[in-house]
Amino acid sequence: MLGLLLLALAAPAAGEVIHQERSLYRDITVEQNGPRRCLIFNVHRGDRNQTCIDLNEPERLVFSYTRMSFAGLLLNSEPESILVAGLGGGSIPMTFSDLFPDARIDVIEIDPAVVSVAKDFFLFEETANMRVYVNDARVFIKRAGLEGRKYDYIVLDAFTGDYIPEHLLTREFLEEVRQILNPEGVLVANTFSTSRLYDHESVTYQRVWNEFYNFKLPTSGNRIIITRIGALPPRGDLTGAARRLAERVEKYDIPLLEYPARMSTRVDWDMSRRILTDQYSPGNLLRD
Amino acid sequence: MASVAFVSGFCIMTVEMLGARIMAPYFGGSVSVWGSIITVFMLALALGYLLGGRLSMRSPNALVFASFYVSAALFSLPIILFADAIMQPIFLAVEDARYGSLLASVVMFSVPTTLLGMISPYSVRLLVEREEHSGQMAGLLFFVSTIGSAAGTLGTSFYFVLWFEVNRILWGAVTALLIAAAIILLAGYMRGSLGLRVRGHEI
Repeated sequence: MLGLLLLALAAPAAGEVIHQERSLYRDITVEQNGPRRCLIFNVHRGDRNQTCIDLNEPERLVFSYTRMSFAGLLLNSEPESILVAGLGGGSIPMTFSDLFPDARIDVIEIDPAVVSVAKDFFLFEETANMRVYVNDARVFIKRAGLEGRKYDYIVLDAFTGDYIPEHLLTREFLEEVRQILNPEGVLVANTFSTSRLYDHESVTYQRVWNEFYNFKLPTSGNRIIITRIGALPPRGDLTGAARRLAERVEKYDIPLLEYPARMSTRVDWDMSRRILTDQYSPGNLLRD
Repeated sequence: MASVAFVSGFCIMTVEMLGARIMAPYFGGSVSVWGSIITVFMLALALGYLLGGRLSMRSPNALVFASFYVSAALFSLPIILFADAIMQPIFLAVEDARYGSLLASVVMFSVPTTLLGMISPYSVRLLVEREEHSGQMAGLLFFVSTIGSAAGTLGTSFYFVLWFEVNRILWGAVTALLIAAAIILLAGYMRGSLGLRVRGHEI
């Protein structure tokens, strides 16, 4: 009996908590399980992992949606300026920095605690070309628009799944994003795949961007929206780009060759839903 | 009288809850934006209590009381009509979103909130007939207006934003304030206390 109890106690738990803090915006937990280290927001509410890295192979992207954020490379394979809204553990910006060491990378993160955790536990480092701005994405993007700064590749990844920043869902916000995107640039937005919000977001993106690729994988609960200012390229172009790039992104575990077939322009949402605007954006009430 | 106290409490919190939504496009959704809004509302209410109490010393009457509601409604209109025109230059001039949101809150919310704050002490003066009842009256009025605040907070954050656009909710608050003013004037007229008497005390 005692032996059994000891065995139960000695059995490895789901993971060892190596850091925990309560920031202004969320509870942050860092968990270590073997070589895998994960960042979890609001662990008591059963949130999924935000980011994980494998300490033995830190270049490998562990999460499907993180890898999916690089599908935009199929539309613009040599970005010189990159904007990432939402730092998390920093794996998206670090991969960009590794892929394009000469590109200017701006990262926006509202929570200073997340920046320290990414640096202390997830090997994230600012470089001469990569800077983190502790700011609200809306404010940063509006100002960038006024100053005429533009980007070749924009990743919107500011949703933690807990509280949704409603001012980042609106038509006006997407118009501001459009203003800072270069004519050849690509926008990649990690959005909601379930709930009523899926329909509302889809019609809002449709209004501002006309069409977009709806990118979903069975391995991920996320839906990634990929679009650009002009018309979308034919699928053949995507496949060609995937073939050219596949080898370069192999070390990050990004299965680029599988992506074109999963990127669809088919409308699979309720078109009659109301567009989200600065006047009407109850994102947190539309989640269920 | 109790119903109009409810309306003022309700409108204060409705506008406050919407404040964050109105400012988010310019100053973001960070905690400091909420900090700005709450600070400005608290200071404006504090000032309103002081001014309302002082005004109640000078021949308090229903006409003046109703004018608080009407002017609060009027000074809420810029939030609906000129919010962008107000926030745009502040956004351009003030780089730090904390001070930007503080300044924008002062410009948009301080005047109507001060006017709404004047209502409480003034209504106490109007209702109190005998000194020994003053505490009870004050308690009743604060009870009703705070219940109104709770209802405004819950209604706005749970339901109104799901059903209506922000500006439509604000128009609703303006309308409610004007209706409250009309009720005060009507009640005052029926009691014959329109600027002439205070509930039985001939002036």
